[in-house]
Amino acid sequence: MSSTSSTGPDSKQAQRKAAMTVLAHSAAADIAGRLAAIAIPKHENLREPENGLVMMRGRVGGDGAPFNLGEATVSRAAVRLASGEVGFGYTLGRDAQKAQMIALCDAMVQSAELCGEVEAKVIAPLRAAVNAERARKAAEAAATRVDFYTMVRGEG
Amino acid sequence: MYVAVKGGERAIENAHRLLAHERRGDRAVPEVTLAQISEQLALGVDRVMTEGSLYDRELAALAIKQARGDMIEAIFLVRAFRATLPRFGATDPVNTGEMQVRRRISSTFKDVPGGQILGPTFDYTHRLLDPQLAEGFVPEQPATAEASQAATPRVTDILGRDGLIETSPQADSDAPVGDLTREPLSFPADRDLRLQNLARGDEGFLLALGYSTQRGYGRNHPFAGEIRFGEVEVEFFAEDVGFAVPLGSVELTECQMVNQFKGSTTEAPCFTRGYGLAFGQSERKTMSMALVDRALRARELGEEAGAPAQDEEFVMSHSDNVQSTGFVEHLKLPHYVDFQSELGLLRKLRQEFAEANQAVELQEAAE
Repeated sequence: MSSTSSTGPDSKQAQRKAAMTVLAHSAAADIAGRLAAIAIPKHENLREPENGLVMMRGRVGGDGAPFNLGEATVSRAAVRLASGEVGFGYTLGRDAQKAQMIALCDAMVQSAELCGEVEAKVIAPLRAAVNAERARKAAEAAATRVDFYTMVRGEG
Repeated sequence: MYVAVKGGERAIENAHRLLAHERRGDRAVPEVTLAQISEQLALGVDRVMTEGSLYDRELAALAIKQARGDMIEAIFLVRAFRATLPRFGATDPVNTGEMQVRRRISSTFKDVPGGQILGPTFDYTHRLLDPQLAEGFVPEQPATAEASQAATPRVTDILGRDGLIETSPQADSDAPVGDLTREPLSFPADRDLRLQNLARGDEGFLLALGYSTQRGYGRNHPFAGEIRFGEVEVEFFAEDVGFAVPLGSVELTECQMVNQFKGSTTEAPCFTRGYGLAFGQSERKTMSMALVDRALRARELGEEAGAPAQDEEFVMSHSDNVQSTGFVEHLKLPHYVDFQSELGLLRKLRQEFAEANQAVELQEAAE
Protein backbone atom coordinates (compact mmCIF):
# COMPACT_ATOMS: atom_id res chain seq x y z
CA MET A 1 0.00 0.00 0.00
CA SER A 2 2.94 2.35 0.56
CA SER A 3 3.85 4.19 -2.59
CA THR A 4 6.27 6.96 -3.34
CA SER A 5 4.98 7.64 -6.83
CA SER A 6 1.50 9.05 -7.35
CA THR A 7 1.18 7.38 -10.73
CA GLY A 8 2.80 4.00 -10.13
CA PRO A 9 0.93 0.70 -10.19
CA ASP A 10 0.95 0.51 -6.36
CA SER A 11 -0.85 3.79 -6.03
CA LYS A 12 -3.43 2.75 -8.65
CA GLN A 13 -3.99 -0.46 -6.76
CA ALA A 14 -4.36 1.47 -3.50
CA GLN A 15 -6.87 3.77 -5.19
CA ARG A 16 -8.88 0.83 -6.54
CA LYS A 17 -8.85 -0.82 -3.13
CA ALA A 18 -9.93 2.36 -1.39
CA ALA A 19 -12.81 2.75 -3.86
CA MET A 20 -13.80 -0.91 -3.40
CA THR A 21 -13.84 -0.44 0.37
CA VAL A 22 -16.23 2.50 0.14
CA LEU A 23 -18.46 0.69 -2.36
CA ALA A 24 -18.57 -2.54 -0.34
CA HIS A 25 -19.68 -0.51 2.70
CA SER A 26 -22.38 1.35 0.76
CA ALA A 27 -25.95 0.20 0.16
CA ALA A 28 -26.73 -0.87 -3.40
CA ALA A 29 -29.45 1.77 -3.70
CA ASP A 30 -26.99 4.52 -2.73
CA ILE A 31 -24.44 3.35 -5.32
CA ALA A 32 -27.16 3.19 -7.98
CA GLY A 33 -28.27 6.70 -7.05
CA ARG A 34 -24.76 8.08 -7.52
CA LEU A 35 -24.16 6.17 -10.75
CA ALA A 36 -27.34 7.69 -12.18
CA ALA A 37 -25.60 11.08 -12.06
CA ILE A 38 -22.83 10.13 -14.50
CA ALA A 39 -22.67 8.80 -18.04
CA ILE A 40 -22.09 5.05 -17.89
CA PRO A 41 -19.54 3.93 -20.51
CA LYS A 42 -20.27 1.01 -22.83
CA HIS A 43 -19.34 -2.25 -21.15
CA GLU A 44 -19.97 -5.98 -21.19
CA ASN A 45 -20.10 -8.60 -18.50
CA LEU A 46 -16.86 -10.51 -18.35
CA ARG A 47 -18.30 -12.69 -15.63
CA GLU A 48 -22.02 -12.83 -14.99
CA PRO A 49 -22.70 -11.80 -11.41
CA GLU A 50 -22.74 -14.86 -9.16
CA ASN A 51 -23.32 -15.62 -5.51
CA GLY A 52 -21.10 -17.87 -3.45
CA LEU A 53 -19.43 -18.31 -0.11
CA VAL A 54 -16.13 -17.42 1.46
CA MET A 55 -14.79 -19.13 4.55
CA MET A 56 -14.06 -16.35 7.03
CA ARG A 57 -10.93 -16.83 9.09
CA GLY A 58 -9.95 -15.60 12.53
CA ARG A 59 -6.73 -16.05 14.46
CA VAL A 60 -6.12 -18.06 17.64
CA GLY A 61 -6.00 -15.48 20.44
CA GLY A 62 -6.68 -12.73 17.87
CA ASP A 63 -3.05 -12.68 16.72
CA GLY A 64 -1.97 -16.30 16.30
CA ALA A 65 -2.43 -19.07 13.75
CA PRO A 66 -5.52 -18.83 11.52
CA PHE A 67 -8.65 -20.93 12.03
CA ASN A 68 -11.93 -21.20 10.12
CA LEU A 69 -14.61 -19.19 11.91
CA GLY A 70 -17.54 -19.73 9.55
CA GLU A 71 -18.70 -18.83 6.07
CA ALA A 72 -20.23 -15.66 4.65
CA THR A 73 -22.24 -15.08 1.50
CA VAL A 74 -20.47 -13.11 -1.19
CA SER A 75 -21.50 -11.80 -4.59
CA ARG A 76 -19.01 -11.15 -7.38
CA ALA A 77 -18.95 -9.84 -10.92
CA ALA A 78 -16.49 -8.68 -13.58
CA VAL A 79 -17.06 -6.21 -16.43
CA ARG A 80 -14.99 -4.93 -19.35
CA LEU A 81 -15.37 -1.44 -20.70
CA ALA A 82 -15.43 -0.93 -24.45
CA SER A 83 -12.12 0.89 -23.93
CA GLY A 84 -10.63 -2.31 -22.47
CA GLU A 85 -10.44 -1.77 -18.69
CA VAL A 86 -11.51 -4.81 -16.67
CA GLY A 87 -13.20 -4.14 -13.34
CA PHE A 88 -14.00 -6.54 -10.52
CA GLY A 89 -16.73 -6.35 -7.92
CA TYR A 90 -16.81 -8.33 -4.68
CA THR A 91 -19.13 -7.73 -1.76
CA LEU A 92 -20.52 -9.53 1.26
CA GLY A 93 -24.15 -10.56 0.82
CA ARG A 94 -26.12 -11.85 -2.14
CA ASP A 95 -26.78 -8.66 -4.07
CA ALA A 96 -25.54 -9.41 -7.59
CA GLN A 97 -26.51 -5.93 -8.80
CA LYS A 98 -24.27 -4.41 -6.15
CA ALA A 99 -21.33 -6.60 -7.20
CA GLN A 100 -21.86 -5.56 -10.79
CA MET A 101 -21.96 -1.85 -9.92
CA ILE A 102 -18.74 -2.24 -7.91
CA ALA A 103 -17.11 -3.96 -10.91
CA LEU A 104 -18.24 -1.14 -13.18
CA CYS A 105 -16.86 1.49 -10.80
CA ASP A 106 -13.58 -0.42 -10.49
CA ALA A 107 -13.25 -0.44 -14.28
CA MET A 108 -13.95 3.29 -14.43
CA VAL A 109 -11.43 4.00 -11.66
CA GLN A 110 -8.80 2.37 -13.90
CA SER A 111 -9.72 4.48 -16.89
CA ALA A 112 -7.62 7.64 -17.15
CA GLU A 113 -10.53 9.33 -18.85
CA LEU A 114 -13.29 8.38 -16.39
CA CYS A 115 -11.36 8.11 -13.14
CA GLY A 116 -11.77 11.74 -12.08
CA GLU A 117 -15.51 11.81 -12.59
CA VAL A 118 -16.28 8.51 -10.86
CA GLU A 119 -14.05 9.50 -7.97
CA ALA A 120 -15.72 12.92 -7.58
CA LYS A 121 -19.34 12.02 -8.27
CA VAL A 122 -19.62 8.47 -6.97
CA ILE A 123 -16.82 7.45 -4.63
CA ALA A 124 -16.30 10.75 -2.76
CA PRO A 125 -19.94 11.31 -1.75
CA LEU A 126 -20.34 7.64 -0.80
CA ARG A 127 -17.14 7.86 1.25
CA ALA A 128 -18.51 10.89 3.08
CA ALA A 129 -21.68 8.96 3.93
CA VAL A 130 -19.75 5.88 5.08
CA ASN A 131 -17.46 8.03 7.24
CA ALA A 132 -20.42 9.90 8.72
CA GLU A 133 -22.04 6.60 9.67
CA ARG A 134 -18.80 5.40 11.22
CA ALA A 135 -18.43 8.63 13.16
CA ARG A 136 -22.03 8.38 14.40
CA LYS A 137 -21.43 4.87 15.74
CA ALA A 138 -18.12 5.90 17.30
CA ALA A 139 -19.78 8.87 19.02
CA GLU A 140 -22.57 6.66 20.39
CA ALA A 141 -20.02 4.17 21.72
CA ALA A 142 -17.90 6.98 23.19
CA ALA A 143 -20.87 8.18 25.28
CA THR A 144 -20.86 4.78 27.02
CA ARG A 145 -17.19 5.01 27.96
CA VAL A 146 -16.74 4.64 31.73
CA ASP A 147 -15.10 7.66 33.30
CA PHE A 148 -13.90 6.39 36.68
CA TYR A 149 -12.46 9.78 37.61
CA THR A 150 -15.85 11.49 37.38
CA MET A 151 -17.40 8.78 39.54
CA VAL A 152 -14.86 9.38 42.32
CA ARG A 153 -15.31 13.16 42.16
CA GLY A 154 -19.09 12.75 42.42
CA GLU A 155 -18.76 10.90 45.70
CA GLY A 156 -16.43 13.50 47.19
CA MET B 1 -46.70 -51.85 4.43
CA TYR B 2 -47.03 -50.28 0.98
CA VAL B 3 -50.56 -49.09 1.73
CA ALA B 4 -49.27 -47.27 4.80
CA VAL B 5 -46.71 -45.38 2.68
CA LYS B 6 -49.39 -44.20 0.27
CA GLY B 7 -51.54 -43.06 3.18
CA GLY B 8 -48.55 -41.18 4.62
CA GLU B 9 -48.05 -39.01 1.57
CA ARG B 10 -51.33 -37.18 1.83
CA ALA B 11 -51.01 -36.90 5.59
CA ILE B 12 -47.53 -35.34 5.22
CA GLU B 13 -48.73 -32.90 2.61
CA ASN B 14 -51.63 -31.80 4.77
CA ALA B 15 -49.40 -31.62 7.86
CA HIS B 16 -47.08 -29.20 6.05
CA ARG B 17 -50.07 -27.19 4.91
CA LEU B 18 -51.24 -27.00 8.51
CA LEU B 19 -47.71 -26.04 9.60
CA ALA B 20 -47.71 -23.13 7.12
CA HIS B 21 -51.07 -22.02 8.50
CA GLU B 22 -49.92 -22.25 12.12
CA ARG B 23 -46.67 -20.48 11.25
CA ARG B 24 -48.67 -17.54 9.96
CA GLY B 25 -50.73 -17.53 13.16
CA ASP B 26 -53.84 -15.39 13.47
CA ARG B 27 -54.17 -13.79 10.03
CA ALA B 28 -55.69 -10.70 11.58
CA VAL B 29 -52.26 -10.03 13.15
CA PRO B 30 -49.77 -8.36 10.75
CA GLU B 31 -47.11 -10.64 9.30
CA VAL B 32 -43.61 -10.19 10.71
CA THR B 33 -41.05 -8.97 8.13
CA LEU B 34 -37.44 -10.09 7.73
CA ALA B 35 -36.31 -6.53 8.41
CA GLN B 36 -38.27 -6.56 11.69
CA ILE B 37 -36.62 -9.83 12.73
CA SER B 38 -33.17 -8.63 11.70
CA GLU B 39 -33.52 -5.25 13.43
CA GLN B 40 -35.56 -6.10 16.51
CA LEU B 41 -34.56 -9.71 17.24
CA ALA B 42 -30.95 -8.99 16.31
CA LEU B 43 -29.31 -11.23 18.90
CA GLY B 44 -31.39 -14.20 17.76
CA VAL B 45 -30.20 -13.51 14.22
CA ASP B 46 -26.61 -13.35 15.50
CA ARG B 47 -26.98 -16.74 17.15
CA VAL B 48 -28.43 -18.35 14.02
CA MET B 49 -25.57 -16.89 11.93
CA THR B 50 -22.95 -18.10 14.43
CA GLU B 51 -24.22 -21.65 14.89
CA GLY B 52 -25.50 -21.89 11.32
CA SER B 53 -21.91 -20.92 10.48
CA LEU B 54 -23.02 -18.47 7.81
CA TYR B 55 -22.79 -14.69 8.01
CA ASP B 56 -25.91 -13.40 6.25
CA ARG B 57 -28.42 -11.47 8.36
CA GLU B 58 -31.25 -11.70 5.86
CA LEU B 59 -30.98 -15.47 5.45
CA ALA B 60 -30.78 -15.97 9.21
CA ALA B 61 -33.91 -13.81 9.65
CA LEU B 62 -35.71 -15.86 7.00
CA ALA B 63 -34.66 -19.06 8.75
CA ILE B 64 -36.03 -17.79 12.08
CA LYS B 65 -39.32 -16.88 10.42
CA GLN B 66 -39.60 -20.22 8.62
CA ALA B 67 -38.68 -22.11 11.81
CA ARG B 68 -41.36 -20.24 13.80
CA GLY B 69 -38.66 -19.00 16.17
CA ASP B 70 -37.19 -22.47 16.82
CA MET B 71 -33.51 -21.53 16.86
CA ILE B 72 -32.06 -24.99 16.26
CA GLU B 73 -34.45 -25.58 13.37
CA ALA B 74 -33.37 -22.17 11.97
CA ILE B 75 -29.70 -23.10 12.36
CA PHE B 76 -30.43 -26.38 10.55
CA LEU B 77 -32.03 -24.45 7.65
CA VAL B 78 -29.02 -22.13 7.35
CA ARG B 79 -26.57 -25.05 7.39
CA ALA B 80 -28.55 -26.74 4.62
CA PHE B 81 -28.57 -23.54 2.55
CA ARG B 82 -24.75 -23.41 2.61
CA ALA B 83 -24.65 -26.51 0.47
CA THR B 84 -26.41 -24.69 -2.39
CA LEU B 85 -23.60 -22.20 -3.07
CA PRO B 86 -20.04 -22.69 -4.36
CA ARG B 87 -17.17 -21.61 -2.14
CA PHE B 88 -14.87 -19.02 -3.72
CA GLY B 89 -12.12 -19.51 -1.12
CA ALA B 90 -11.06 -18.34 2.32
CA THR B 91 -10.67 -14.75 3.51
CA ASP B 92 -7.50 -13.32 4.97
CA PRO B 93 -7.69 -13.78 8.74
CA VAL B 94 -9.63 -10.85 10.24
CA ASN B 95 -7.75 -8.40 12.44
CA THR B 96 -9.83 -7.94 15.59
CA GLY B 97 -7.20 -5.53 16.93
CA GLU B 98 -8.45 -3.01 14.37
CA MET B 99 -12.10 -3.51 15.20
CA GLN B 100 -14.32 -0.44 15.19
CA VAL B 101 -15.26 -1.05 18.78
CA ARG B 102 -18.88 -0.57 19.88
CA ARG B 103 -18.33 -2.32 23.18
CA ARG B 104 -15.12 -3.19 24.91
CA ILE B 105 -14.72 -4.16 28.54
CA SER B 106 -12.01 -5.67 30.67
CA SER B 107 -12.60 -7.20 34.07
CA THR B 108 -8.86 -7.27 34.76
CA PHE B 109 -7.74 -3.64 34.19
CA LYS B 110 -9.87 -0.69 35.25
CA ASP B 111 -7.79 1.80 33.27
CA VAL B 112 -7.28 -0.21 30.11
CA PRO B 113 -5.87 1.94 27.26
CA GLY B 114 -8.74 2.98 25.03
CA GLY B 115 -11.13 2.80 27.97
CA GLN B 116 -13.99 0.65 29.10
CA ILE B 117 -16.77 1.13 26.56
CA LEU B 118 -20.04 -0.40 27.71
CA GLY B 119 -21.90 -0.14 24.39
CA PRO B 120 -25.36 -1.68 24.03
CA THR B 121 -25.51 -4.16 26.91
CA PHE B 122 -27.96 -5.95 29.21
CA ASP B 123 -25.34 -5.66 31.98
CA TYR B 124 -26.50 -3.48 34.88
CA THR B 125 -30.14 -3.63 33.75
CA HIS B 126 -32.53 -4.69 36.53
CA ARG B 127 -34.05 -7.55 34.58
CA LEU B 128 -37.54 -6.32 35.33
CA LEU B 129 -40.07 -6.78 32.55
CA ASP B 130 -40.84 -3.40 31.01
CA PRO B 131 -44.54 -2.94 30.24
CA GLN B 132 -43.72 0.17 28.16
CA LEU B 133 -42.18 -2.09 25.53
CA ALA B 134 -45.47 -3.87 24.96
CA GLU B 135 -46.47 -1.40 22.29
CA GLY B 136 -45.57 1.90 20.70
CA PHE B 137 -42.52 2.68 22.81
CA VAL B 138 -40.21 5.22 21.16
CA PRO B 139 -36.76 5.19 22.77
CA GLU B 140 -34.65 8.32 23.16
CA GLN B 141 -31.93 8.95 20.59
CA PRO B 142 -28.62 7.59 21.90
CA ALA B 143 -26.27 9.97 23.70
CA THR B 144 -23.12 10.91 21.83
CA ALA B 145 -19.69 12.03 22.95
CA GLU B 146 -16.49 12.92 21.21
CA ALA B 147 -14.85 9.70 20.09
CA SER B 148 -11.29 9.16 21.23
CA GLN B 149 -8.72 8.66 18.50
CA ALA B 150 -6.65 6.50 20.88
CA ALA B 151 -6.08 2.92 19.84
CA THR B 152 -7.82 0.12 21.74
CA PRO B 153 -5.09 -2.53 21.98
CA ARG B 154 -6.09 -5.99 23.08
CA VAL B 155 -5.60 -6.53 26.81
CA THR B 156 -3.64 -9.66 25.99
CA ASP B 157 -1.24 -7.57 23.88
CA ILE B 158 -0.63 -5.31 26.89
CA LEU B 159 0.09 -8.28 29.17
CA GLY B 160 2.16 -9.83 26.41
CA ARG B 161 4.56 -6.89 26.29
CA ASP B 162 5.82 -7.77 29.77
CA GLY B 163 5.81 -11.49 29.03
CA LEU B 164 3.11 -11.98 31.67
CA ILE B 165 0.94 -14.02 29.34
CA GLU B 166 1.75 -16.79 26.89
CA THR B 167 1.99 -15.79 23.23
CA SER B 168 -0.56 -17.12 20.75
CA PRO B 169 0.61 -20.15 18.79
CA GLN B 170 1.83 -19.04 15.36
CA ALA B 171 0.90 -20.63 12.07
CA ASP B 172 2.78 -23.62 10.78
CA SER B 173 3.23 -22.59 7.15
CA ASP B 174 3.35 -26.23 6.04
CA ALA B 175 0.07 -27.17 7.64
CA PRO B 176 -3.16 -26.11 5.90
CA VAL B 177 -5.86 -24.60 8.11
CA GLY B 178 -8.09 -27.46 9.26
CA ASP B 179 -11.68 -27.37 8.03
CA LEU B 180 -14.21 -29.70 9.59
CA THR B 181 -16.74 -28.91 6.84
CA ARG B 182 -14.40 -30.64 4.40
CA GLU B 183 -12.76 -33.48 6.35
CA PRO B 184 -14.40 -35.60 9.04
CA LEU B 185 -13.18 -35.03 12.60
CA SER B 186 -10.40 -37.18 13.94
CA PHE B 187 -8.73 -37.08 17.33
CA PRO B 188 -6.58 -35.63 18.72
CA ALA B 189 -7.69 -32.44 16.93
CA ASP B 190 -5.53 -29.34 16.62
CA ARG B 191 -6.53 -25.99 18.09
CA ASP B 192 -7.71 -24.60 14.71
CA LEU B 193 -10.24 -27.42 14.35
CA ARG B 194 -11.26 -27.17 17.99
CA LEU B 195 -11.95 -23.45 17.64
CA GLN B 196 -13.93 -23.98 14.43
CA ASN B 197 -15.96 -26.65 16.18
CA LEU B 198 -16.59 -24.45 19.22
CA ALA B 199 -17.42 -21.40 17.08
CA ARG B 200 -20.35 -23.26 15.49
CA GLY B 201 -21.16 -25.26 18.62
CA ASP B 202 -24.40 -24.97 20.56
CA GLU B 203 -24.38 -22.02 22.94
CA GLY B 204 -26.29 -23.89 25.64
CA PHE B 205 -23.95 -26.88 25.52
CA LEU B 206 -20.83 -24.69 25.70
CA LEU B 207 -22.39 -22.54 28.43
CA ALA B 208 -23.03 -25.63 30.56
CA LEU B 209 -19.51 -26.96 29.96
CA GLY B 210 -17.94 -23.57 30.71
CA TYR B 211 -20.00 -23.35 33.89
CA SER B 212 -18.90 -26.85 34.86
CA THR B 213 -15.24 -25.74 34.77
CA GLN B 214 -16.11 -22.86 37.13
CA ARG B 215 -17.80 -25.28 39.52
CA GLY B 216 -14.70 -27.42 39.74
CA TYR B 217 -14.90 -29.92 36.89
CA GLY B 218 -11.61 -28.87 35.31
CA ARG B 219 -11.11 -25.57 37.09
CA ASN B 220 -8.88 -23.10 35.23
CA HIS B 221 -9.28 -19.82 37.18
CA PRO B 222 -10.56 -17.54 34.43
CA PHE B 223 -10.73 -13.75 34.21
CA ALA B 224 -12.51 -12.01 31.36
CA GLY B 225 -9.36 -10.24 30.19
CA GLU B 226 -11.34 -8.56 27.48
CA ILE B 227 -14.60 -8.76 25.59
CA ARG B 228 -14.99 -6.63 22.49
CA PHE B 229 -17.78 -6.26 19.97
CA GLY B 230 -17.81 -4.20 16.80
CA GLU B 231 -17.16 -4.12 13.09
CA VAL B 232 -14.18 -5.80 11.51
CA GLU B 233 -13.09 -5.44 7.88
CA VAL B 234 -12.95 -8.57 5.74
CA GLU B 235 -10.57 -8.99 2.81
CA PHE B 236 -10.35 -11.80 0.33
CA PHE B 237 -7.41 -12.49 -1.97
CA ALA B 238 -9.08 -12.78 -5.36
CA GLU B 239 -6.80 -14.43 -7.90
CA ASP B 240 -8.55 -12.79 -10.84
CA VAL B 241 -8.01 -9.34 -9.33
CA GLY B 242 -4.46 -9.99 -8.12
CA PHE B 243 -4.78 -8.40 -4.69
CA ALA B 244 -6.80 -8.74 -1.49
CA VAL B 245 -10.18 -7.15 -2.24
CA PRO B 246 -12.26 -5.60 0.54
CA LEU B 247 -15.61 -7.38 0.98
CA GLY B 248 -17.05 -5.01 3.56
CA SER B 249 -17.27 -5.45 7.30
CA VAL B 250 -18.87 -7.94 9.67
CA GLU B 251 -19.87 -7.62 13.31
CA LEU B 252 -17.89 -9.91 15.58
CA THR B 253 -17.56 -10.52 19.31
CA GLU B 254 -14.22 -11.59 20.74
CA CYS B 255 -13.46 -12.85 24.24
CA GLN B 256 -9.94 -13.16 25.62
CA MET B 257 -10.02 -15.26 28.76
CA VAL B 258 -6.94 -14.92 30.98
CA ASN B 259 -6.29 -18.03 33.05
CA GLN B 260 -3.98 -19.32 35.71
CA PHE B 261 -0.32 -19.75 35.17
CA LYS B 262 1.86 -22.32 33.64
CA GLY B 263 5.61 -22.45 33.97
CA SER B 264 8.47 -24.85 34.32
CA THR B 265 12.05 -24.95 35.50
CA THR B 266 13.07 -23.44 32.17
CA GLU B 267 10.14 -21.08 31.57
CA ALA B 268 9.02 -18.29 33.89
CA PRO B 269 5.39 -18.68 34.94
CA CYS B 270 2.86 -16.72 32.89
CA PHE B 271 -0.89 -16.48 32.42
CA THR B 272 -2.50 -18.85 29.92
CA ARG B 273 -5.33 -18.03 27.53
CA GLY B 274 -8.64 -19.22 26.20
CA TYR B 275 -10.18 -17.66 23.10
CA GLY B 276 -13.68 -17.05 21.83
CA LEU B 277 -14.85 -15.49 18.55
CA ALA B 278 -18.35 -15.40 17.05
CA PHE B 279 -20.54 -13.55 14.54
CA GLY B 280 -22.60 -10.62 15.77
CA GLN B 281 -23.00 -9.65 19.42
CA SER B 282 -22.60 -13.06 21.02
CA GLU B 283 -21.09 -12.46 24.42
CA ARG B 284 -22.30 -15.46 26.37
CA LYS B 285 -21.27 -17.64 23.46
CA THR B 286 -17.73 -16.28 23.17
CA MET B 287 -17.19 -16.38 26.94
CA SER B 288 -18.33 -20.01 27.08
CA MET B 289 -16.22 -20.82 24.02
CA ALA B 290 -13.13 -19.28 25.61
CA LEU B 291 -13.64 -21.25 28.84
CA VAL B 292 -14.01 -24.51 26.94
CA ASP B 293 -11.10 -23.69 24.59
CA ARG B 294 -8.90 -23.26 27.66
CA ALA B 295 -10.25 -26.44 29.28
CA LEU B 296 -9.47 -28.42 26.12
CA ARG B 297 -5.83 -27.33 26.40
CA ALA B 298 -5.40 -29.26 29.66
CA ARG B 299 -3.18 -31.99 28.24
CA GLU B 300 -1.06 -29.52 26.26
CA LEU B 301 -0.49 -27.56 29.49
CA GLY B 302 0.30 -30.67 31.53
CA GLU B 303 -2.83 -30.49 33.68
CA GLU B 304 -4.75 -33.43 35.02
CA ALA B 305 -7.54 -33.95 32.50
CA GLY B 306 -10.53 -35.87 33.80
CA ALA B 307 -13.45 -33.45 33.56
CA PRO B 308 -16.00 -33.50 30.71
CA ALA B 309 -14.98 -30.02 29.45
CA GLN B 310 -11.40 -31.26 29.09
CA ASP B 311 -12.38 -34.29 27.01
CA GLU B 312 -11.82 -33.21 23.42
CA GLU B 313 -13.64 -36.12 21.84
CA PHE B 314 -16.63 -35.78 24.15
CA VAL B 315 -16.89 -32.00 23.66
CA MET B 316 -16.32 -31.88 19.92
CA SER B 317 -18.55 -34.86 19.15
CA HIS B 318 -21.53 -33.39 21.00
CA SER B 319 -21.23 -29.62 20.50
CA ASP B 320 -23.01 -29.46 17.16
CA ASN B 321 -26.73 -28.98 17.70
CA VAL B 322 -27.64 -29.86 14.12
CA GLN B 323 -25.94 -33.23 14.45
CA SER B 324 -27.37 -33.72 17.92
CA THR B 325 -30.91 -32.87 16.96
CA GLY B 326 -30.64 -35.04 13.86
CA PHE B 327 -29.83 -38.11 15.90
CA VAL B 328 -32.19 -37.40 18.79
CA GLU B 329 -35.10 -36.43 16.55
CA HIS B 330 -34.67 -39.32 14.16
CA LEU B 331 -36.13 -41.44 16.94
CA LYS B 332 -39.58 -40.12 16.02
CA LEU B 333 -39.34 -41.29 12.41
CA PRO B 334 -40.94 -44.66 11.58
CA HIS B 335 -39.02 -47.54 13.14
CA TYR B 336 -41.85 -50.00 12.54
CA VAL B 337 -39.73 -52.83 11.16
CA ASP B 338 -37.04 -52.45 13.86
CA PHE B 339 -39.73 -52.34 16.47
CA GLN B 340 -41.57 -55.37 15.03
CA SER B 341 -38.40 -57.45 15.33
CA GLU B 342 -37.83 -56.20 18.89
CA LEU B 343 -41.45 -57.03 19.67
CA GLY B 344 -41.05 -60.52 18.21
CA LEU B 345 -37.93 -61.12 20.27
CA LEU B 346 -39.61 -59.89 23.44
CA ARG B 347 -42.64 -62.16 22.87
CA LYS B 348 -40.30 -65.10 22.38
CA LEU B 349 -38.38 -64.30 25.59
CA ARG B 350 -41.61 -63.93 27.53
CA GLN B 351 -42.87 -67.22 26.21
CA GLU B 352 -39.63 -68.96 27.23
CA PHE B 353 -39.91 -67.35 30.66
CA ALA B 354 -43.53 -68.52 31.01
CA GLU B 355 -42.64 -72.05 29.88
CA ALA B 356 -39.70 -72.22 32.28
CA ASN B 357 -41.92 -71.03 35.16
CA GLN B 358 -44.64 -73.47 34.19
CA ALA B 359 -42.10 -76.27 34.24
CA VAL B 360 -40.93 -75.20 37.71
CA GLU B 361 -44.54 -75.00 38.95
CA LEU B 362 -45.32 -78.45 37.60
CA GLN B 363 -42.19 -79.80 39.22
CA GLU B 364 -43.09 -78.16 42.56
CA ALA B 365 -46.65 -79.52 42.33
CA ALA B 366 -45.31 -82.97 41.63
CA GLU B 367 -43.04 -82.93 44.69
